[in-house]
Amino acid sequence: MSVAVEVRGLRVDRGGREVLHGIDLDVEAGRVTGLLGPSGSGKTTLMRSIVGAQVVAGGSVAVLGLPAGTPSLRSRIGYQTQAPSVYADLTVRENLAYFARILGVPGHAVAETIALVDLGGQEGQLALTLSGGELARLSLAAALLNRPDVLVLDEPTVGLDPLLRRELWTSFDRLAEGGVTVVVSSHVMDEADRCDSLVLLRDGRILAAGTPESLKARTNTPDLDAAFLALIDADTGDGA
Amino acid sequence: MNPSRTGATALRVLRQLRHDPRTIALLLAVPCVLQVLMHELFRDREAVFQSLGVPLLGLFPFVAMFIVTSITMLRERTSGTLERLLTTPLGRGDLLVGYGIAFALVAAVQATLVSVLSFGLLGLEAGHSSVAVVLVAIANAVLGMALGLFASAFARTEFQAVQFMPAFVLPQILLCGLIVPRDEMAGWMEALSAVLPLTYAYDALARLASTAPVGARFWFDLLVVAGVTALALVLGAATLRRRTP
Repeated sequence: MSVAVEVRGLRVDRGGREVLHGIDLDVEAGRVTGLLGPSGSGKTTLMRSIVGAQVVAGGSVAVLGLPAGTPSLRSRIGYQTQAPSVYADLTVRENLAYFARILGVPGHAVAETIALVDLGGQEGQLALTLSGGELARLSLAAALLNRPDVLVLDEPTVGLDPLLRRELWTSFDRLAEGGVTVVVSSHVMDEADRCDSLVLLRDGRILAAGTPESLKARTNTPDLDAAFLALIDADTGDGA
Repeated sequence: MNPSRTGATALRVLRQLRHDPRTIALLLAVPCVLQVLMHELFRDREAVFQSLGVPLLGLFPFVAMFIVTSITMLRERTSGTLERLLTTPLGRGDLLVGYGIAFALVAAVQATLVSVLSFGLLGLEAGHSSVAVVLVAIANAVLGMALGLFASAFARTEFQAVQFMPAFVLPQILLCGLIVPRDEMAGWMEALSAVLPLTYAYDALARLASTAPVGARFWFDLLVVAGVTALALVLGAATLRRRTP
């Protein structure tokens, strides 16, 4: 297996408080890795560290063999923040045309990416008039424009209906099959089964990591919900 | 810096504006209406309009671009688009200069419109070329943009950003010499006005309004306006961090 993201001893302070306490993590290339954990567990901070947007207090993050935040990585990473970070007062096409120019990708990538996220009918629509799901797909499209090697998606399916969530997860699988390393966070446990590999975060530490099957086997539970609860219970027991 | 990315950013800012025709109408109509009001207010005191008209024409774009830029940049920060942009190859200089080009173009249209109205219909006369007045107005707009960009870093909400207009801009308008000549001010006020950039922007405009030769001081004024613009852009760039806590 080849490692696309290598995190060693990562510590991050936010607001005078340590929120990541020495994270060690290997993210496999060409697979969908899910970051799961309750709100406030450090998922966003870890993702921001991977894309090089986070000031870190210690440890190291390497992406594709280079320190996170290296200028040459900027054209190889796609990042979708939790909020749909697109321009509300531009149309779908104008938004993507701008990001395409910034990323230095050819113009035809815009139409291809619009088709990929299934926004063909809404090209000329202002982003502020899109539905929540369409807006999320536009934001995803902006992260996909440069066909990144590493795609970091922060809760891309939050607030979407089940049908749309399923469609998005199918497209993540397709991207991974095409060789893209997908790191996706979620706090919805039923999405965990869709990942090739899982990382469970709790209070700024990694509670468990592995494939969905291995986590179920390890905890001797039938589903991931139960597996996570068992892991959390074991962790709380250790800490006491 | 990369010309293609800078140009794309300027185009994007202009496209955003194009989708907001009400803002365009306000940007263009408000200075015209104010100038007409000034003309009517001093209908019987033509000399007052003649002395205030040119400086006002050149200061409108400063105020307008200060507000527009500080709000636009704050939105860019709060909506997450800035965070996204800063994870891409876009340089901070590309972003700032892109904004500068877009708003300088808007200011050029605004200043041209107000000067056509003022010089053409309201009978305003400048001692020097009206084209020079428009050019100084554009320089002032870019100054306003650069200061607005820097100020936006200190606002957390749009309410705060809007308050920066009276906080940053009104004192400068009061002290720049437009209302009371600087040499008639109390010593501390005159000293304070000497460190405010709008004082120099006003002085340059007043010199263009007068029939006397502009003198070396005019070029010094422009140098100060350009220098403060550059300084504000550098400080503004420093507030755009790729890595944030």
